[in-house]
Amino acid sequence: MMNMLQMPSRTQIASIKAALFALCLMPALRLALGWQDDTLGANPIETITRASGDWTLRFLLITLCVTPLRRFTGLNWLLRLRRMLGLFAFAYGCAHLTTYVWLDQFFDWTAIAHDILKRPFITVGFAALVLMTPLALTSNAWSIRRLGGRKWQALHRSVYGIAILGVVHYWWLVKADVREPMLYAFALAWLLILRAWWRELERRRQQAVPPPVPAYKGRVIRIVPTGK
Amino acid sequence: MLIQRPSDILPSEITPRTLFEERRRFLRDAGLLLAAGALGGALPSAEAAVTAAPKLGPLGASPFSTSEEKTPYKAVTTYNNYYEFGTDKSDPAENAGRLITRPWTVRVEGLAGKPRTFDIDELLRLAPLEERIYRMRCVEGWSMVIPWVGLPLASLLKQVEPLGSARYVEFVTLHDPKVMSRLPVLDWPYTEGLRLDEAMHPLTLLAVGLYGEVLPNQNGAPIRLVVPWKYGFKSAKSIVTIRLTDKQPATAWNKAAKHEYGFYSNVNPQVDHPRWSQATERRIGEFRKRPTLMFNGYAEQVASLYQGMDLRANF
Ligand code: HEM
Repeated sequence: MMNMLQMPSRTQIASIKAALFALCLMPALRLALGWQDDTLGANPIETITRASGDWTLRFLLITLCVTPLRRFTGLNWLLRLRRMLGLFAFAYGCAHLTTYVWLDQFFDWTAIAHDILKRPFITVGFAALVLMTPLALTSNAWSIRRLGGRKWQALHRSVYGIAILGVVHYWWLVKADVREPMLYAFALAWLLILRAWWRELERRRQQAVPPPVPAYKGRVIRIVPTGK
Repeated sequence: MLIQRPSDILPSEITPRTLFEERRRFLRDAGLLLAAGALGGALPSAEAAVTAAPKLGPLGASPFSTSEEKTPYKAVTTYNNYYEFGTDKSDPAENAGRLITRPWTVRVEGLAGKPRTFDIDELLRLAPLEERIYRMRCVEGWSMVIPWVGLPLASLLKQVEPLGSARYVEFVTLHDPKVMSRLPVLDWPYTEGLRLDEAMHPLTLLAVGLYGEVLPNQNGAPIRLVVPWKYGFKSAKSIVTIRLTDKQPATAWNKAAKHEYGFYSNVNPQVDHPRWSQATERRIGEFRKRPTLMFNGYAEQVASLYQGMDLRANF
């Protein structure tokens, strides 16, 4: 058991992934069943818009939790779940947009264009989803190889900006009660501060490396503190 | 809680809607019990289970009523904005049960010849109760058609004889932190205001019921304002004080965000809320949005109140 937790086998990872996939589909399933049974309240379209928006943001934040969780627990295989979580964030984002375009606005493109240009909360949400698209498209092994690790990582760092846009989108759309967006803002702030702190630690570690020693004949042995 | 009926309200001949539903449920449950062969124990009594709001009546019809399809009772009573009981639409229905609506008095004061306090049951007898089927348009872009029961606000205001100096009417609503939220979401108590001529307009209603029954708490019991040509938030709920003033009163949403919610807040498809369009609305229960009408379709009755006014500046 302990061993499986530390280092699950290939098949175990596959089962974990399958279970996670099913779990991630639950919110969508609940909405679909609710729509069919008419249990989404008096304004089902609003319920779906909100739930899909909520889950887009939640999956973004869950995705951002993977790295800290991995570092704190030492369970490196958690990294292998990150792509799926990120793609679910995008999928719920697409469902959110589809709800808005289809159910809410019913393809009223003038109204939609108007909303995107004139309503700051929609502008920001739209920007977030547009920015998520290249990340979703490059979330595969082929793209990582094509781009190279460095470039790929640089591109995917935009997820921090996307998450900020997501929280701003939520904050701007509530009328008066900002408690919920504030909760997301706190969670995101914590995740970002953690990363800033790690960067700082890394910077200090690098600085602690003594400046290059002029080349002498023979061997130079350098002892570098790792900071661990 | 038993609500006392005012003496002139006759018990209705018609079976109350909820009682009818209770009976149906009773029959169904009884059927299930029989089918399960579990008969023998005490069957629940339908009459005892009734917690329905008492019927109001007889009710006069009103020429102001619309013939549009009414929004179902369930939607009207479970999809509410009543922030004192929570900010989710379903919160008021869940939490407003704590509100105690009897005894209740409404103080009518300020620039009036005969300011005084009215007991709620006295208010119910002030004028014949009418059914008014009104459209209700929320600033959030949805709407309902609600059969209110009430009396014109004018009939109350006339009782206190407004002075010539009175130009506005302020409405102060209950804020009881024992049963309501203490979170400073808005500056409690919730206050609203109308110009005196708007308040005296025959469309302006003090509602005490809906669907022929006593007003459910989540809809603003025991007495609330209904101003059908303005966005819903103007129609203050659970009113305790009505004050005649010479200055434009501060209003709750205007205090919270003054560039978003003006004093007038007339339904106007041409003036967008900064965060959403007001050109269309979704009628609760419908799929497609419909165009929003100027003054929520009451232009014929109220447009003259705003003649010569820039409705963009006075939004
Ligand atoms: C394509 C662009 C988007 C559009 C047009 C859009 C539009 C909307 C609309 C109309 C609402 C409902 C507002 C209301 O009920 O008053 C909403 C809510 C929301 N959206 Fe978006 N959105 C977009 C992208 C996003 C993205 C990318 C995220 C997440 C990162 C997101 C997260 C949310 C959240 C959290 C809510 C609030 C849910 C709640 O009230 O519980 N949206 N959005």
